[in-house]
Amino acid sequence: MTIDWAAFTPWAALGGGVLIGIAAAMFILINGRIAGISGILGGLLTPQKGDILWRALFIGGMVLAPSAWLLFADLPTIQIDADYPLLIIAGLLVGISTRYGAGCTSGHGVCGISRMSPRSIVATLSFMATGFITVFVVRHVIGA
Amino acid sequence: MNKYFVSAFVTGLIFGIGLLVSGMANPDKVLSFLDLAGAWDPSLAFVMGGAIVVGVIAFTFVRGRTHSLLGAPLKLPTKKDLDSRLIMGSLGFGIGWGLAGFCPGPALVAFGAGEMKAIVFVVAMLAGMGIFELLERRPKATA
Repeated sequence: MTIDWAAFTPWAALGGGVLIGIAAAMFILINGRIAGISGILGGLLTPQKGDILWRALFIGGMVLAPSAWLLFADLPTIQIDADYPLLIIAGLLVGISTRYGAGCTSGHGVCGISRMSPRSIVATLSFMATGFITVFVVRHVIGA
Repeated sequence: MNKYFVSAFVTGLIFGIGLLVSGMANPDKVLSFLDLAGAWDPSLAFVMGGAIVVGVIAFTFVRGRTHSLLGAPLKLPTKKDLDSRLIMGSLGFGIGWGLAGFCPGPALVAFGAGEMKAIVFVVAMLAGMGIFELLERRPKATA
């Protein structure tokens, strides 16, 4: 393991993380809900009465975040190296799996660990593990 | 009730800005974090750390309560068992995350930035969630 000190941005990461934590805190304190993105988004696909607007507004806020950002500054780099077939496979896998496993990086990773849920800790360790393994296989076994 | 809707929107906005500030909305940076054997960028551990420190305070505060500060019922997950769905789903999610560098939140933010590849990813992700719903509601076959 070699650390890429040039790419390492601890303060921006910590600051952004604190903002994500504030969002998760606001959502449980005010709305009484877990800020789990896959769950909020997935719930829109099986609309229940009285349960649509808050989901749509939350997702709308996320999608409009770059536009709000652009009022003040240029957007940070968003570099997507995967080609279209790979993006489609990855998207399908993320969509099915986050619903099957009842959460993703936000619901299990941030909120679940914060409330010390054993299920979420196991889920986070599981997706971190296959995330590390997948990148290892793609980059160092098959790839380049 | 309007306050809850304003809060939902503002929360989504802050969440999205947090993803942009932190670098999580950039798949290249996410993959550099997941690439332990390459030139490793540990930044994303700090994203999780920052978020969890704030999260712990909020979730400790709500422990034992039944309603939010504005009186909404607290909807906390009630499942406790470590079943195969949780583990298989999480393992599968990690593979998809490692292939593209996108998890659901950052994908929505990159979608909002108008990145064509993120739009394709989000459409595929929604299709995946739709497939899950269809499989869930399929009548169980009797062998």
